[in-house]
Amino acid sequence: QSEGKDLTKEEKQRLRKEKKQQKKNKEKKDDKASQENEKEKKPVTSAAPASQPPTQPTVQKAPSAVPATAPVSVPASEASVPADKPAKTKAELKAERRARQEAERASKQSKKGETGQQAATSKPKAPPSDLQPVVKRLPEHIQVDNPDVLKKLAKKLERQQIPLRSDYGYKVSLFSHLHQYSRKAPLTQQLSIPSTVIHPAIVRLGLQYSHGIVAGSNARSVALLHAFKQVIRDYTTPQNEELSRDLVNKLKPYISFLNQCRPLSASMGNAIKYIKKEISNIPSNCKEDEAKNKLLNDIESYINEKIILAGVAIAKCAIEKQKISDGDVILVYGCSSLVNHILCKAFEKSRKFRVIVVDSRPRLEGKEALRRLVQKGISCTYVLISAVSYILPEVSKVFLGAHALLANGYVMSRVGTSQIALVAKAFNVPVLVCCETYKFCDRVQTDSFVSNELDDPDDLIVTRKGTTPLEGWQNESSLGLLNLVYDVTPPDFVDLVITELGMIPCTSVPVVLRVKNVDQ
Amino acid sequence: MELQAVLMAVGGGSRMTDLTYNTPKAMLPVGNKPLMWYPLNLLEKVGFEEVIVITTKEVQKAMSTDLKIKDVKMKLDVVSIQEDGDMGTADALRHIQPKIKTDILVLSCDLITDVALHEVVDLFRAHNATMAMLMSKAHEFTETVPGQKGKKKTAEQRDFVGVDQSGKRLLFMANEADLEDGLSIRKSIMRKHPRMLIKTGLVDAHLYCLKKAVVDFLTENKSISSIRGELVPYLVRKQFSKTVNSQKLKDDTDDQTQEKNDGPANHELLISSRDEPLLQLAQERSCWNDHRGDMSEAYHGGKLRCYVHIMDQGLCCRVNTLAAYIEVNRLAPKLFEEPSVHPSADISERCQMGSDSIIGAVCHIADKTSIKRSTIGNNTTVKEKVKVTNSIIMHGVTIEEGCNIQGSVICSNAVIGRGADLKYCLVGNGQHIEPEAERTNEIIVGTDQLMEI
Repeated sequence: QSEGKDLTKEEKQRLRKEKKQQKKNKEKKDDKASQENEKEKKPVTSAAPASQPPTQPTVQKAPSAVPATAPVSVPASEASVPADKPAKTKAELKAERRARQEAERASKQSKKGETGQQAATSKPKAPPSDLQPVVKRLPEHIQVDNPDVLKKLAKKLERQQIPLRSDYGYKVSLFSHLHQYSRKAPLTQQLSIPSTVIHPAIVRLGLQYSHGIVAGSNARSVALLHAFKQVIRDYTTPQNEELSRDLVNKLKPYISFLNQCRPLSASMGNAIKYIKKEISNIPSNCKEDEAKNKLLNDIESYINEKIILAGVAIAKCAIEKQKISDGDVILVYGCSSLVNHILCKAFEKSRKFRVIVVDSRPRLEGKEALRRLVQKGISCTYVLISAVSYILPEVSKVFLGAHALLANGYVMSRVGTSQIALVAKAFNVPVLVCCETYKFCDRVQTDSFVSNELDDPDDLIVTRKGTTPLEGWQNESSLGLLNLVYDVTPPDFVDLVITELGMIPCTSVPVVLRVKNVDQ
Repeated sequence: MELQAVLMAVGGGSRMTDLTYNTPKAMLPVGNKPLMWYPLNLLEKVGFEEVIVITTKEVQKAMSTDLKIKDVKMKLDVVSIQEDGDMGTADALRHIQPKIKTDILVLSCDLITDVALHEVVDLFRAHNATMAMLMSKAHEFTETVPGQKGKKKTAEQRDFVGVDQSGKRLLFMANEADLEDGLSIRKSIMRKHPRMLIKTGLVDAHLYCLKKAVVDFLTENKSISSIRGELVPYLVRKQFSKTVNSQKLKDDTDDQTQEKNDGPANHELLISSRDEPLLQLAQERSCWNDHRGDMSEAYHGGKLRCYVHIMDQGLCCRVNTLAAYIEVNRLAPKLFEEPSVHPSADISERCQMGSDSIIGAVCHIADKTSIKRSTIGNNTTVKEKVKVTNSIIMHGVTIEEGCNIQGSVICSNAVIGRGADLKYCLVGNGQHIEPEAERTNEIIVGTDQLMEI
């Protein structure tokens, strides 16, 4: 990853010079298409945030515009707008640029050319990791300590008429590059009631995200798609606008709003990419009602296929392939909807097993998992994560849920998962991760510091026997509270990943991603 | 559109008839602004663009001439109803049902508050609640009220409000008047919420966020006529009624009769949105629960939920008694950063004016007067050597020389004769106090007003 950064700086400078030259040349042309090119260039050259002019339907691939680091799906999906007309007029410029970039790249490393991209469709789904993009763009949400980035974000939000949520409290220095918000200061404080800029369903969703009422990767994606359905229902195409372009632009401020309420998850990012692709694929001669119906059906089928049926398939896979056998003692961590589903299904199929639920503060999600399992009749044990090495000798398998699977095989999940995987490895207990393929993300991360989420630090404050020791934590200058949400588990600790495509090792994630891209 | 605002400005003032004899309650001056301006200002500040105002023809006429109300930038859709008709607040809602297209925020015209409205509305949004309301801790009124003989502790009917541990979910609401044999709480509530806090010292601000389904429900059930008195307790009770929660409606043989009565009502209240299965799926997959310790899912599977936001700081006052009126005149001006002296007032040099006094427009304040902690309305004339302390003087009043007015309320168009000495009095509309009069703790109203009872 450090290699990538070096590349970035030098490439950046070179491309910046070229850009200036190009600008002088193109000023005379006054072509709208050329302007689009310019603006396309900018995201390529700057390590700046993914904020792009929302109104310009940016033509897709500058090959470097395809980010491998795109947790914010907005830039990538902007690129997915079909660019039939502009492409033809910009073919020349593109070829020029491409030739230049290839020369540079060839001089730097022996990388494969981007020739494949020319033939590619209007779908720049992140390429598999062997096709390295020229410039790695850092998303803004991990550059909070960079004032320029913050300024750009503030400008972008202002343009979209969305209030900026301010950070709260002292941030531990290792994580000062991440946002930290307080639940007591919701974004709705700065919005008007009734909300006019943002659709009420989205405001409700944002509130539910920030209060934690909708939590969990699957739940958040389903709720997001549900809200999008309402938005699409209430949408009417304005005069002289095309649904395929206007609706995508309408969704952008909503996505920024949701991002401000709570950083988007990888599954949500993929869902948004899918929706934007479907919207922009609507032919221009399609009538509004038909188009809306088609979109609503697409959303339904996406949820059905990727979440519901995938869950069913994974459960079937796990049960039939004897991953849950009689006499098993299964350890689960926190509350993963998929793992709970698998266990309940296995119990229905009369497998005899018992479950150990491991929980951790401050979320204490394990209690909810415990409730659901016990309600079904499964016999459970409940421990806190500090007792994991005490309980592991009893355990025969560990089932973990995932928030996302990264392109290098790392598993991103609730904080504490990597601990459990580590201890399980030390005890030689097999660790199985259950994850639907729509959570596969083309990001690459090897540690939990670079990109994470900081939750409200006040959650760590607890009152026991009438005293609240941490109440005045802000007044202590040498005290910082850290409430991490995610961590990454290396593939060495994971023995198997169960997906609806089958049981694969952790390192096969990039293969799956590539297969998915080729399919679509 | 997300919310429609409805302002109820019909009649009222039954507990302060002396003040409202000539002026409808909605137009009573508080800090020289009409009472209904305050809720309108609250709505405007928060971002509403339209308000439906339900009021009488009298108030409508007064509104059209009032400058402050004309200042309001929102579009006011005034619906007037008959004053003498026995229309309760719920009846009024039923009357405007055709105008209601979405969820509503109902306010009373006598509410003066600086609450952050998003607190109430967020509860309504986040939990997909059927009703969200605002309450506030009651504060003792410190000012002496004219006409009160001694420390009369009015045994006001107390409200018993039961909330859950988080203090947000409303579990129980009843007024002392309705509880004859004592407070009884259903077992179903205790089973679901074993810890309940019952509060009595709360003031209901009469600010409610209601789902559109509730308004439709009101059109079906014509028996409910008051929001606060009947609708709210009904909704709170309905949260825990068996028919709402149980999935197997047909098997509940005991509740057959209850079902028949509540059946149609339930269908109205629980109009499920489209994509309900998606919402269900999201809730199922979410690892959140609003309570811990028992085996039920979030919200105990209940679809009907009522929430309350209890303010403990800040101003929240309902002006429905004389004491409240006096208190609010003291506090309300502090909410706004406005100059205490209206620019058009003509105040002479040698007038001693305290900083917490307010002088209205086109006033004439002569020399050697002393005005402390008082509110003086528009078009008032105060002659020389007058001492006004702790009082409320409404519009168009004339106070002759040498008067001493303390802790009193002088209504519009009254004339206080020379050298009068009034302590803790209430002078009604258009009354004339004879010169050299000495009145203490009296309510001075016209004889025709006395007959009003």
